[in-house]
Amino acid sequence: MANLNPGLIARKVGMTQIYDDNGQVIPVTVVETGRNVVVAVKRADGPDGYDAIQLGFGTQKPHRVNRPMRGHFARAGVEPVRWLREIRVTAERAAELKPGDRLGPDDVFAEGDVVDVVGTSKGRGFAGVMKRHGFRGFLRTHGTHEYFRHGGSIGTRLTPGMVLKGKRMAGHMGAARVTIQNLRVVKVDAERGLLFIKGGIPGPNGGQVLVRKAVKKH
Amino acid sequence: MVNIAELEQDLYPKTHDVKLRPGDLVRVHVRITEGEKSRIQVFEGTVIRIRRGGPRTTFTVRKVSFGVGVERIFPLHSPWLEKIEVRRRNKVRRAKLYYLRSRRGKAARLKEIRQPRK
Repeated sequence: MANLNPGLIARKVGMTQIYDDNGQVIPVTVVETGRNVVVAVKRADGPDGYDAIQLGFGTQKPHRVNRPMRGHFARAGVEPVRWLREIRVTAERAAELKPGDRLGPDDVFAEGDVVDVVGTSKGRGFAGVMKRHGFRGFLRTHGTHEYFRHGGSIGTRLTPGMVLKGKRMAGHMGAARVTIQNLRVVKVDAERGLLFIKGGIPGPNGGQVLVRKAVKKH
Repeated sequence: MVNIAELEQDLYPKTHDVKLRPGDLVRVHVRITEGEKSRIQVFEGTVIRIRRGGPRTTFTVRKVSFGVGVERIFPLHSPWLEKIEVRRRNKVRRAKLYYLRSRRGKAARLKEIRQPRK
């Protein structure tokens, strides 16, 4: 089943900490959703054959928008946006939204909601096994020679005579889609279009994330 | 575009308008909540460390209570802190006064900075 939970595109602003009513410090990530604009609505009974909305966030300089996209935005009657993202919604939800509608953080989320956050993790480039898989490496002393961060043996001898599939080795790390589930919304600032979410979320500050009602706890 | 540094300024208005410095003798009024009741407790001692970090700023107060050294770390912007009074400002020559821990009695004294009378 497709994930039909409501959500918004957001920009990761950064982390800070706030105090709750008991004076306890809560580590929070601030994300800016502003007021997402609905750029297109897809309907199950239309040419697309499923219910979804295309959300837009941010501003884009006009010269960065190519002609096909300009037409797409003009059809919705909205200003060009920097980020577009489609999310599946229920049929009822698709019926009540139309292009040009705007959704602020308070329209979708409330304090205490549990959300999932989807983002692209920071790229680590070609990473060794210690960073990528948490291998322990080798002793720094006792005569270890040029082997400090190696992964050790990768297999046995004639049986099976090959390296097993899925063997953890060095390679590209990060810059992948990551979903962090079940984070709590601590505060909703409708005026500034901000959400305060407890805990860390993937990606660099300024990166695009999708905040969605939690799949497991909705 | 919202910037985290600017946002923190808004989130933390200067709740305690005191300029703390290492070596200050302070009285920290802490709100203690026990069940339904809440009361104010005063912790008086010397500021031996300030860890600055905007809204995350914390400071450590040391006192000697019944012969036992007691240190408490307070977040400067904690809503539990009702008031911070600076009783006396001492002359110190370093930012972290950890050396006070190994001294007791007369050796742990600090010299006050005297303000000229107006």
